[in-house]
Amino acid sequence: MTLDQLKPDLTATVTHLTTTGANRRRLMDLGLLPGTRVEVEMISPLGDPVAYRVRGAVIALRRKQAREIEIAVAQEEKTHAD
Amino acid sequence: MLTDACQTCPIYNESALKKLGVNTENFDFVVALAGNPNTGKSTVFNALTGLRQHTGNWPGKTVARAEGGFEYNDHNFKVVDLPGTYSLLSTSTDEEIARDFILFGQPDVTIVVVDATRLERNLNLALQILEITDRVVVALNLIDEAARHGIKVDERHLARELGVPVVPMVARRMVGVPQLLQAVEEVILGTYPTRPHRIKQQDTRLEQVIGQLVNAIETQFPSLPNARWVALRLLDGDASIEEAVRNHTLGDLARSNVIAPVGDVIPLQAVAS
Repeated sequence: MTLDQLKPDLTATVTHLTTTGANRRRLMDLGLLPGTRVEVEMISPLGDPVAYRVRGAVIALRRKQAREIEIAVAQEEKTHAD
Repeated sequence: MLTDACQTCPIYNESALKKLGVNTENFDFVVALAGNPNTGKSTVFNALTGLRQHTGNWPGKTVARAEGGFEYNDHNFKVVDLPGTYSLLSTSTDEEIARDFILFGQPDVTIVVVDATRLERNLNLALQILEITDRVVVALNLIDEAARHGIKVDERHLARELGVPVVPMVARRMVGVPQLLQAVEEVILGTYPTRPHRIKQQDTRLEQVIGQLVNAIETQFPSLPNARWVALRLLDGDASIEEAVRNHTLGDLARSNVIAPVGDVIPLQAVAS
C-alpha cells in the first residue's frame, strides 16, 4: 500500500521509499524514513495535495509523491491523545 | 556590589552586548545562523543586531542572506542570517545559499536554531552541520511553545550527546540571548571544547575511496575546508557539486550569492513606524 491510499482515521508506518535521487533525498530530509509514523492531517478541497503529520510537523505532499512512499497501516483507530 | 559569581553569570555580561545594526565593518568573527525553515533564525538575528529583518511565520521568507553586526566583550561580530533549510543535501536556490555559506564561507561559529517543538525533525540538519564543522552552538528556540505542548527538552543531555553547547531560548522575548552570546564566545575562544557527534564510517573500502578522492580534491582546491564532505557528495552523485568541481568554481560558491537585503529592510521599517 502507498501513502496516497491512507485513510484519514488511520496511522501508518513508512516501510520503503520507491523513488531515488533528489526526490528520495527530499522525502528523507522531511523526516520520511522507513519506520516513521505518518497520519493524514488535512485534505485539500481538490484532494491533492494532502497534508500529513510526520514527527510533530505537518507536511503537504502531492499524490504523485505520496505514491512513492510504501506504508503499512499500524493501527485501526487514530489516538486522540493530543 | 558584584561578587565573583555575578561576573561568571551570563546575565552579568548582557551589558557587554552592543547591537551594531548594519554596521559590519572591522569584524573579528563571523557568526552564521542556520536552521530549518520557521524556527526563528531571523528573530535571533534581530535580537543580536538590533535590526528588524523581516520576520514571519512562513517558510521561504529569507531567500538571500542578510548581514548585521554586534559587539560583545570588545569583539566585533558579523552575523549572517541564512535561509531556512531542511538539509545540506537537497537543492533549491535558497537551500544552496545556506549550504554554500556554511560549507565554504567558513564562519567562526554556526548557530543552529532548532525548534524545540519539532526537535527530532530539526536534528537532521544539526547533525549534518556537525559533520562539516565543530564550531557549532545549538539555539534551542521556542521552549515556551514547547512547554505549552507539554514538551520539556533536557538541554544538558542534548548538549552532551551532540558535543556542542545547547542554549534554551525564547528569542522573541530575548530569553537565552546572554547565554547564547556566552556560548558563542566560548566556542570561538576554545574554552568550550566541542566534540561534535559524528556517524562513524565502518566500511573500509568506502574509506579508501573517500581517501583517494579527498587527496585529488585537495590537490585541485588547496584552500577548500571540507574536502571530505565534497568527496562524499561526489560519491552520492550530487549534480551541483559535480558541476562546481568540473568548472573549478568549487569554493567560490560562498562568495557568489552575497546579497545584503537588510539595507532595504530599514527604510520599510521606518515607513511602518
